[in-house]
Amino acid sequence: MAVIRDVMPAFELLQPNSIADAQKLLAQQGSDGWVLAGGMDSFDWLKDRIKKPKVVVDLSGVAELKGVRANADGVEIGAMTTLTEVVEHPLIKQKYKLLADAAELVASPQIRNQGTIGGNVTQDARCWYYRAGWPCYRAGGNICYADTPEGRNREHAILHADRCVAVNPSDSAPALIALDAKFVIRTSKGERVVDAEDYFIGPEIDITRLHILKPGDLLTSIRIPSAWAGSKFYFEKVRDRNVWDFPLLNVASAMVVSNGTIERMRIAVNGAAARPLRLKAVEDAVRDKAANAATGEMAGKLAVQGAVPLQFNAYKIPLMRNLVKRAIGGVEEAKWTPYNGL
Amino acid sequence: MDPLQWAIDPWGKVVPIHIAWFLIWVAAIAGLLFFFVHATYLRYFAKPRVFANNDSPLIAVRIPERVPRHSLTARMFHWIMAASMFTLLFTAFLPKLGIQFDWVTYHWIAGTVLTVSILFHIIHASFFLDFWSIWPDRIDLRDASRRILRAMGQSAPPPDRFAKYPLENKLYHGAIIAAGLTSIGTGVFMMFRVRTIFFPRNPYLFGDMTWGMMYVLHGLAGVGLIALIMVHVYFGLRPEKRAITKSMIFGWMSRDFYLEEHDPARWPVKSSKSPARSQDANAEGLTNAG
Repeated sequence: MAVIRDVMPAFELLQPNSIADAQKLLAQQGSDGWVLAGGMDSFDWLKDRIKKPKVVVDLSGVAELKGVRANADGVEIGAMTTLTEVVEHPLIKQKYKLLADAAELVASPQIRNQGTIGGNVTQDARCWYYRAGWPCYRAGGNICYADTPEGRNREHAILHADRCVAVNPSDSAPALIALDAKFVIRTSKGERVVDAEDYFIGPEIDITRLHILKPGDLLTSIRIPSAWAGSKFYFEKVRDRNVWDFPLLNVASAMVVSNGTIERMRIAVNGAAARPLRLKAVEDAVRDKAANAATGEMAGKLAVQGAVPLQFNAYKIPLMRNLVKRAIGGVEEAKWTPYNGL
Repeated sequence: MDPLQWAIDPWGKVVPIHIAWFLIWVAAIAGLLFFFVHATYLRYFAKPRVFANNDSPLIAVRIPERVPRHSLTARMFHWIMAASMFTLLFTAFLPKLGIQFDWVTYHWIAGTVLTVSILFHIIHASFFLDFWSIWPDRIDLRDASRRILRAMGQSAPPPDRFAKYPLENKLYHGAIIAAGLTSIGTGVFMMFRVRTIFFPRNPYLFGDMTWGMMYVLHGLAGVGLIALIMVHVYFGLRPEKRAITKSMIFGWMSRDFYLEEHDPARWPVKSSKSPARSQDANAEGLTNAG
């Protein structure tokens, strides 16, 4: 791990008080600018002196970016809304409990009080080689130190690795994908709305970013439609310790079940790849099937097809298979299936 | 503006990691500048070309109407190489210019196609074609000096007409060999760093400095190829070179163009056949060079 110093490198601090000003400032600064939301990810980078932006644009004064608002078709959450506010908001708890469950498992209460929903979905990879400032692919270099026989890769990707094997560490991201959320982005060309799953990108597209935001772009809000409100939700996060830890894997699903039969479902996992993965093949396969352990078993096997373990993370394959199984069959019905190949 | 990108490896050593990407623009601008300078020179300053005419009148009679230049095999190699080269350049550099897509897989597949086609070309040119026809000879160098002297207004005997390939073409081929083999040689080793069907990944095959130099050489060869291919396309489209370009499509050039540009003594057409014969029959049966 990098040594945390006590003083951050000097930078110019800009504190806009409107979305328009914030976006304009970010566009002006381009790649020299750094977006500061809750600071939970940013301060690590800055104190470690791995990232040395010339200008930091602090969004804490932009009131438009905060709060949860009901709209005509669901709910809109400002990107600067804290995770605690998301967890405690009555509308979220009532209709979109999946997101509340996911956000409640992020890190610790103190971090949730300060960390924002926008920051949680936009945070950077936790690969320690990258975080230590080594010149890996993600840092603009030409090597992945984790994807080597000796590399420490227990937490890394089993799916869709392309040179870099870091994973996306967000807990709220798979929940938002399962809820079919839309991300609202302000760019210099205007507003752009993308599906949650399209907000995230893998290394095959851009090896230095986990999301589609380019310098000058700003995530302003997240809209959750009512299509999945009140459906049967499941969120489970597996981590090394039960507080203040990133996921080894997590799963989020929204399921509409009628007379024990799955009418429709959205399911996503995170911690398996550089982007949260929506399991479309699973969603198609379980439609009109019974919501039970047998369907879960089948779905779990389908979910891990194509998985390639690294030296120390083969455990993630049965883990992901069983998380998917539990998301469909339920915790009570599902039994832990031991690892035997796939 | 450092042309190389440097990093500090985990052992604290400063190592190069790749070229600076502004070199893409340098290569593209160099290519465009070449177009401009060359086209301006030809349009306003170049003197009419004069060759020594030492043909016997009997020679022209024996030249077929369609002079075979490139066999079907040679043409197929050229276009496969061209397709893979364009794929390599686009997949390598478009993402650096902000057009993002899943490029690595297409890049190494195109690189594999290029490598196999080059290996084929080396064997084909060495054993089935006139290997030396693409390399500069003494007459090329003598004529180059005569052409330069005449272009500068000094007196010199007129140069001979070209053999199968003009000197410029031969020099271009040499530059492509240097850039192409550098990119292939380094690219094969770089495939050890990505997941392919060929080798198990082994990023520790070399030390950081060696890897860094390999990436730098690959990048330099790549941006060099941008300029070289721009120049190649430019000449392929120039009106006075169109007969040569067409010969790379159809396999033959006209007797008039052949007699005007090429010296039958240096690039002999072995026998005369009816012009009605198919181009491929001509291409395979009559030519003596690659």
